[in-house]
Amino acid sequence: MRRSGYFIGAVLAIAVAGMANSAMAQSEIKIGEINSYSLLPAFTDPYRKGWQLAVEEINAAGGINGKKLVVISKDDGGKPADAQTAANELVSSENVAMLAGTFLSNIGLAVSDFANQKKVFFLAAEPLTDAVTWSKGNRYTFRLRPSNYMQAAMLVEEAAKLPAKRWATIAPNYEYGQSAVAVFKALMAKKRPDIEWVNEQWPPQGKIDAGPVVQALAEAKPDAILNVTFGADLVKFVREGNTRGLFKDRTVVSFLTGEPEYLDPLKDETPEGWIVTGYPWYSINTPEHEAFLKAYQAKYNDYPRLGSIVGYETIKAAAAILTKAGSTDPEKLVEAAEGIAVPSPFGEITFRKIDHQSTLGAFVGKTALKDGKGIMVDNSYRKGSDYLPSDAEVEKLRPKE
Amino acid sequence: MAFYIVQFLTGLASAASLFLVASGLSIIFGVTRIVNFAHGAFYMLGAYVAFTLTEQFSGAIGFWGGIVVAAVIVALIGVLVEMVLLRRIYHAPELFQLLATFGLTLMVEDLVVLIWGPSDLLGRRAPGFRGAVDFFGQNIPSYDLFLIVLGPVVLGILWLLFQRTRWGVLVRAATQDRDMVAALGVNQKWLFTSVFAVGVFLAALGGALQIPRDAVNHALDLQIIVDVFVVVVIGGLGSIVGAFVAAVLVSELNAFGILIFPKISIILVFLVMAAVLIVRPWGLFGKQEAPARRTPGLTVNPWRPLTSGERLAAIAALALAAGLPLVGGNYALTVGSEIAIFVIFAVSLHFLMAVGGLASFGHAAYFGLGAYGVALLAKMAGLPMIVCLLLGPLLGCLGAAVFGVFAVQLSGVYFAMLTLAFAQIVWSIAFQWVAVTGGDNGILGVWPERWAASPSHFYWLSIGIAALAVIALRIIVFSPFGYALRATRDSPLRGEAIGIDGKRIQWTAFVIAGTVAGIAGALFAYLKGSVFPDSLGISLSVDALVMVLLGGVETVSGGVVGAIVYKALNIWLVSRTDLSKLVLGAFIVLIVVAFPKGIVGMLETIRNRRRPKLSKPASLTSRIETAE
Repeated sequence: MRRSGYFIGAVLAIAVAGMANSAMAQSEIKIGEINSYSLLPAFTDPYRKGWQLAVEEINAAGGINGKKLVVISKDDGGKPADAQTAANELVSSENVAMLAGTFLSNIGLAVSDFANQKKVFFLAAEPLTDAVTWSKGNRYTFRLRPSNYMQAAMLVEEAAKLPAKRWATIAPNYEYGQSAVAVFKALMAKKRPDIEWVNEQWPPQGKIDAGPVVQALAEAKPDAILNVTFGADLVKFVREGNTRGLFKDRTVVSFLTGEPEYLDPLKDETPEGWIVTGYPWYSINTPEHEAFLKAYQAKYNDYPRLGSIVGYETIKAAAAILTKAGSTDPEKLVEAAEGIAVPSPFGEITFRKIDHQSTLGAFVGKTALKDGKGIMVDNSYRKGSDYLPSDAEVEKLRPKE
Repeated sequence: MAFYIVQFLTGLASAASLFLVASGLSIIFGVTRIVNFAHGAFYMLGAYVAFTLTEQFSGAIGFWGGIVVAAVIVALIGVLVEMVLLRRIYHAPELFQLLATFGLTLMVEDLVVLIWGPSDLLGRRAPGFRGAVDFFGQNIPSYDLFLIVLGPVVLGILWLLFQRTRWGVLVRAATQDRDMVAALGVNQKWLFTSVFAVGVFLAALGGALQIPRDAVNHALDLQIIVDVFVVVVIGGLGSIVGAFVAAVLVSELNAFGILIFPKISIILVFLVMAAVLIVRPWGLFGKQEAPARRTPGLTVNPWRPLTSGERLAAIAALALAAGLPLVGGNYALTVGSEIAIFVIFAVSLHFLMAVGGLASFGHAAYFGLGAYGVALLAKMAGLPMIVCLLLGPLLGCLGAAVFGVFAVQLSGVYFAMLTLAFAQIVWSIAFQWVAVTGGDNGILGVWPERWAASPSHFYWLSIGIAALAVIALRIIVFSPFGYALRATRDSPLRGEAIGIDGKRIQWTAFVIAGTVAGIAGALFAYLKGSVFPDSLGISLSVDALVMVLLGGVETVSGGVVGAIVYKALNIWLVSRTDLSKLVLGAFIVLIVVAFPKGIVGMLETIRNRRRPKLSKPASLTSRIETAE
């Protein structure tokens, strides 16, 4: 019978915890933020620093229409179901004006579906899957980062110029890797009908057995390789590839590898001449970025990663939307967000009305070694707006409301 | 041809890394019977400590010395863990040690990030083994060659240790029959501690040796732990040679498998394990275990149905729980619904474990199948919610019926690992079959209909079904079927002698448990509005195990309390802190030490102690306890 006692106790405890939160100040505007803090600290740590800096700046400049901006942050542990629990808590008990954040694609989709169901505004920060704005796009979801498609299009532009005819691919075996390869192949086929795909490797995410994979790729004798692995898998892949001479006389085109999160751990093993998307914070000379860099380094005594930019800009954009809407009504927020232009460290970006994708771009460059560290050289910023399909195509991709 | 030889050698190098870790696990399990979930954590610690040491001391001596010293340091940590934590719980019910080592693993995952920072760390290359050797135009890293040699060398050393030393004789004897070894006056405490130290040393050495190849990061433990378990089970528990052969088998199949099916790695080890266990129920080199001398612990507190007073109290508690919508907000209600769903899930596994004596490591399969059943019916067939809720769990039932046929042929850890293999196979189907299941992006938009959409209505629905599930399972426990199941659990031979068809009874129990888990999954799909492969995943299966163990295996309905405590705490901690794993892990370890029979089990023991002994003379109880 004690079990019933426990049940009551637990239920009451939850009820009390729920009520305690309902007392809230009227002079604040709250944003609910969710990310995989415990699962992916390498990315989310700089990300959090980025948005904390943004909150500080916004409140120093008078907040949102005179109200103080507060960000309530929750960890989702890398699980879609837990992200929904967190989203629910933020919306039901914390009464946040909007949801923001998320890293993994499936979590982004889960929160986006929740937002659509509960009619809450959601600004997806990081998830790359095209589905967030296209096939599973909805009225309440916006996305900041350049999508899979956009990054693929940026890389294809460079890859198509290569003389290479025989291509091999390596990508983590989950949706992100699969769709990155699929989009890259489709876009390449349009520009270079003459190339052939000679091998593909699909190691499980986080569990690559690099030796056999590298050997299998080398055996196919490709002229060029498309890489989509990142994080610890990338390190193992690069190390085995270096030792086994896989990258000798071959060009590698690689998603995300120029981001400091993934490039810095490679240290002196960084392979040279890879064509990558990334964030060369050390060589961006625009006034917007210099201001950001100075503020970030002053506050944290550390250099920013791409996560810092994403975190910073997510909250900056969210604040701009809240300011423009002048209300926390989700419908008004959606109206305000559609087509809004906001400044960013990479220059002004726009949230497109047609698919709610921002036009934030990325840097494309080549990897190089300098003083035993990997850097990006020959960088150029690619505006997101230049790498999206035509409006007619987007119309077809998005479900009708 | 040269390519195939090089690919073979590469496979051998992977096998050597796997073998080092697997051999440690195999030794620990063989002697202490501990399912050491923390083995991966020790592996990871070995890599981190070795990273620090090799960065600190340069040169060949610094590197190789650092590797060995790292393994020794971690082995000492292992000794500490064994003496402080595990020694207290050797007499706890089977698998309870799993809970302790699970708690440790959670803590270590957060601790390494706190100590070494969140970034991936790149260790040094091994001095003298930086480059590659040219083999007819193919490159083999010289470090791979080193590992290829190291594997058999370690195997040889272990063989000598076990065959030629007194310690080895004792270890082998304990692996075969540890009660007899104890009866012969061997100091078991130190035998267990030393075995644990050797096992942890091997794990840490395996981790340390990875630093020239890998990036040291906080996910290393989960990367290896499951694969290592699988290797140990394929080889046969406690068999070092078996672990070696299995490691080679798995690695080579992977090395050549990816040439034909590049996506095979995700599931390969589980396919191999399922195939091996179906043909050889004790692994390649394992022997059938002698019928265990059952500790009479299970019979000390005979189960009994609730008295009428207790029933009234249960109904009152339920009524009180049903009053939550009067005081709680939407969030509290949704959390309440989630807890109720996990109560259903936990009691289904609890039924299988406590009543059937069958510990499943893959119970999430049936939960997830129920969820996918609902999602597919709702999205593809467009059926109404009631119909989906009724039909969805049938997918879980079907899955359990099919897999159960094979699973119940096995027992103990082999049974557990076969259920894990099936769960992983189902998971990989959901993960890979993008056209139907949406892959890891899942199925979205499975929201409840209007009548159940409000949080309070859904909450009532959930606790209503949870109450029905608990009642139904309790009725089954005290039905003739339940008695037959318990007879099969406690003494399969005697059960058969009185005409009980043990396997059929167990299969039926498996199907019942699977179906009830499917019901939980079906509700879960509507609660979350979406279904992802996570709901079939290992971590959910482990959560369920933890809930059952936390509640107490030797109880009738401990799962209820375990689920409420674990789930509520988990949700609360994840919401409050980024270090939820550290706190939760520490809490679990504390519970393990404080309540070695689980929460409910301990409360029952306390009550029985207070109550004057009516049915049993005290002397009998104490004699039984010493016998344990």
